[in-house]
Amino acid sequence: MTNTTTTVTPIKISSKRSAEDRAFRGLARGAGLGTFVILFLIGLFLLIEAIPAFRSQGLRFFTNTGWQTTGPHPTFGVLSALTGSIIISIIGLAVAIPVSLATALFINEYAPAKVLGFVPVKNFLTAAVDLMAAVPSIIYGMWGFFVLQPHTTGLEQWLSTYLGFIPVFKSSTGLYTSSFLICGIIVGIMCMPIITSLCREVFSLTPNGEREGAMSLGASRARVIRDVVFPFAKGGVIGSIMLGLGRALGEAIAVAIIISLAFPINFHILQAGGNSIAALIALNWGSGGSLGTSALLAAGLVLFAITLIINMVASRIVNASMADRR
Amino acid sequence: MTMSDSMANTETVATDRKVASSASAGTAPSLRIDGVSAAQLESVGIHAWFGERLVLENVDLVMERTKVTALIGPSGCGKSTFLRILNRMHEIVPSASLAGRVELDGDDIYDPNQRAATVRRHIGMVFQRPNPFPAMSIRDNVLAGLRFNKIRSSHKDEIVEEALVKAGLWSEVKDRQGALGGALSGGQQQRLCIARALAVKPAVLLMDEPCSALDPGSTLRIEQTIQEIAEEVTVVIVTHNMQQALRVSDKTAFFLAQDGNPGYIVEAGPTKEIFESPKDPRTADYVNGRFG
Ligand SMILES: Nc1ncnc2c1ncn2[C@@H]1O[C@H](COP(=O)(O)OP(=O)(O)OP(=O)(O)O)[C@@H](O)[C@H]1O
Ligand SMILES: [Mg+2]
Repeated sequence: MTNTTTTVTPIKISSKRSAEDRAFRGLARGAGLGTFVILFLIGLFLLIEAIPAFRSQGLRFFTNTGWQTTGPHPTFGVLSALTGSIIISIIGLAVAIPVSLATALFINEYAPAKVLGFVPVKNFLTAAVDLMAAVPSIIYGMWGFFVLQPHTTGLEQWLSTYLGFIPVFKSSTGLYTSSFLICGIIVGIMCMPIITSLCREVFSLTPNGEREGAMSLGASRARVIRDVVFPFAKGGVIGSIMLGLGRALGEAIAVAIIISLAFPINFHILQAGGNSIAALIALNWGSGGSLGTSALLAAGLVLFAITLIINMVASRIVNASMADRR
Repeated sequence: MTMSDSMANTETVATDRKVASSASAGTAPSLRIDGVSAAQLESVGIHAWFGERLVLENVDLVMERTKVTALIGPSGCGKSTFLRILNRMHEIVPSASLAGRVELDGDDIYDPNQRAATVRRHIGMVFQRPNPFPAMSIRDNVLAGLRFNKIRSSHKDEIVEEALVKAGLWSEVKDRQGALGGALSGGQQQRLCIARALAVKPAVLLMDEPCSALDPGSTLRIEQTIQEIAEEVTVVIVTHNMQQALRVSDKTAFFLAQDGNPGYIVEAGPTKEIFESPKDPRTADYVNGRFG
């Protein structure tokens, strides 16, 4: 063996960059850095503004359910709003995930490119889904309030009559409007276009070779979807769901229109009355004095932190599920 | 292998095949293949279009059972298109259409009551670019066809070993069958794809330039494989390598498409004749490397 201690070190490769390259690089780097800076500044702003609220309530801010920010003994906390946000998001995703996946699969795998020789079904559907994403949330909120809500009370009554033995479906008030369920459905409809169009995109990236490989072994279309498309798209699907979840947690206006704000923690999704962080902020903004504003910003900080964490977890999951492809 | 061993094997296979065809029976007349051995494939008057463009014209070819048929010809003359027509892969291209018949032991594979998936399960295919399922283990890759066709078997280990041995990959992977299919070298991946195709006991195996992405060693290995499997499966292979056609095939068909005209078969016959005493001067030019 030769003496391995004779030092051969890798050379350092460097080369001159053109002025154009340097400028572009700087620009891109600046923009990338800018994103971080803005995110950081938002967090910092919320934190600073929230200090009076945290001073006033301490850790009870996370366990209190009421929202009394004025008077000699203000007591308020984010717990009921937080559970409300989570309940609405869960319902929303329960609505959005199956519908979105099915729609994305239909557009990608089954929809004919053309019907009758000239109706481009596939493109129409794709455009319709994208258009759904462009509808402002206040429109969905109003539609939910004026159309969906009055037409679903029958369903809700039925659910609570026959499934009322399951606690979530119990309704002690006998009122079925302004409930978590309606909010959840509306939020679900709002998440649908994001999840659908991202899923459609990843489904369409499935390598053709693998598809044909499966088909040449006698796999039916459903098999190809299950054993080739889904495993390939897993990471992207999870990512799209997480993005949808972000939207669901943060949705304010549509929820604010429908829900009637109530502060006791409520797990009965059919019953009138509920809460959510974003709706709480939207409905109480400008009232409750300076402590009230600080309290709302503290609630905002909680929402901000949760969405950040969800996104970080999501990117972990996406990376992990992509790992076996590299 | 003793006589009783091979009988036992045959039996396993025969039962598996029965399960498969009864599962797909329903309305479709299941293909009348005897299950264990190869079948003859015959194309009659095949025409193919992409959109309005005719790319194959009137192709008649008999691919005899347990023989290796080579398809040769210049790039773009329609060899792949023809091959994909033979197992109904052509129709998955949206603009594609065709005319003519393809018969597997006399049964029309384009019969309206025949399911494309069933046809493909009996007429396997190996592609130019290796396409194992990257997120499945080596073992699962080999068993994928059984899974896709809902064939249950209590002899999975034997099936995996048999297929990998036939594809010439067994010794290299027998101790790491759990490794991912995507973690193999290109040549190993291609042999895995061959094993995967053989595991469902096809009557015919179609191979589209299976060695074009491989090193000489792997190529040799696959050529050996082809000759071994040809004892029990009809093989149709597209190749640009004249030596390869000469080495592995019994019969050769020379395709040609001139000046934007659709492709057709100039000449087909025993490989020896095509290479040594072709009737058409264009065949002689092509096999001797004077054009294409
Ligand atoms: N998906 C497609 N859409 C439209 N035209 C196609 C398609 N696939 C092939 N063609 C056309 O059909 C003709 C035959 O192509 P094919 O792939 O069968 O040729 P080939 O003989 O296999 O060529 P090569 O040796 O290069 O693989 C070519 O003119 C090609 O342009
Ligand atoms: Mg080709």
